[in-house]
Amino acid sequence: MPRLLGVDIPDQKRIEASLPYIYGIGPARAREILAKAEIDPNLRAKALTPEQINRISHVISESKYVVEGDLRREIQQNIRRLMAIGSYRGIRHKRGLPVRGQRTGTNARTRKGPRKTVGVIRNKDAKAGKV
Amino acid sequence: MGRSLKKGPFVDDHLMKKVMKMNTADAKKPIKTWSRRSMVIPEFVGHTFLVHNGKVFNTVFVTENMVGHYLGEFSLTRTFKKHGAHTEKAAAK
Repeated sequence: MPRLLGVDIPDQKRIEASLPYIYGIGPARAREILAKAEIDPNLRAKALTPEQINRISHVISESKYVVEGDLRREIQQNIRRLMAIGSYRGIRHKRGLPVRGQRTGTNARTRKGPRKTVGVIRNKDAKAGKV
Repeated sequence: MGRSLKKGPFVDDHLMKKVMKMNTADAKKPIKTWSRRSMVIPEFVGHTFLVHNGKVFNTVFVTENMVGHYLGEFSLTRTFKKHGAHTEKAAAK
């Protein structure tokens, strides 16, 4: 199994299909990289020679593609910035609610997680008329 | 869809005038504004704005990181409702 950029191990698939297993590389970039490295996109990943693998990783670093850990860190930093400046988007991130204006009355389960039922919590002082 | 770059950032004229006046006078007084649609530009950094949210004016101190965002993004228009007992402690939050 060829290793690319540390951890990523694409396998029996065509190299064009295995490159997108790297975080930050999609179908479009995969094609671009293979064109630049002059490798047949239909080759199986396991059939690559070490020299070809070298060429691929060389193209990725040369094209200044931010991938894997660096990309994840960059995204986290952007989110942290939004939260630090107290913008609306940052607050939505903090509260775990959708950020881009979706409805929350129903749905939004991806952001909110599994449904949790909240019962009524009575105020002990309310009956005594203290509030 | 973002705004075309060739147009540059949008800032309401009346707000722009006030900030420029403060900058030349080197004054730092909070600026009351309703112009939520104005973008924060580098000239705003260090100023305090009181941004209307439809009801009250929220204090927004502009830092460098806020450049490129709109003033309205920092003055929430909705109250976040939580579950729980309606005690004074909860209301204070």
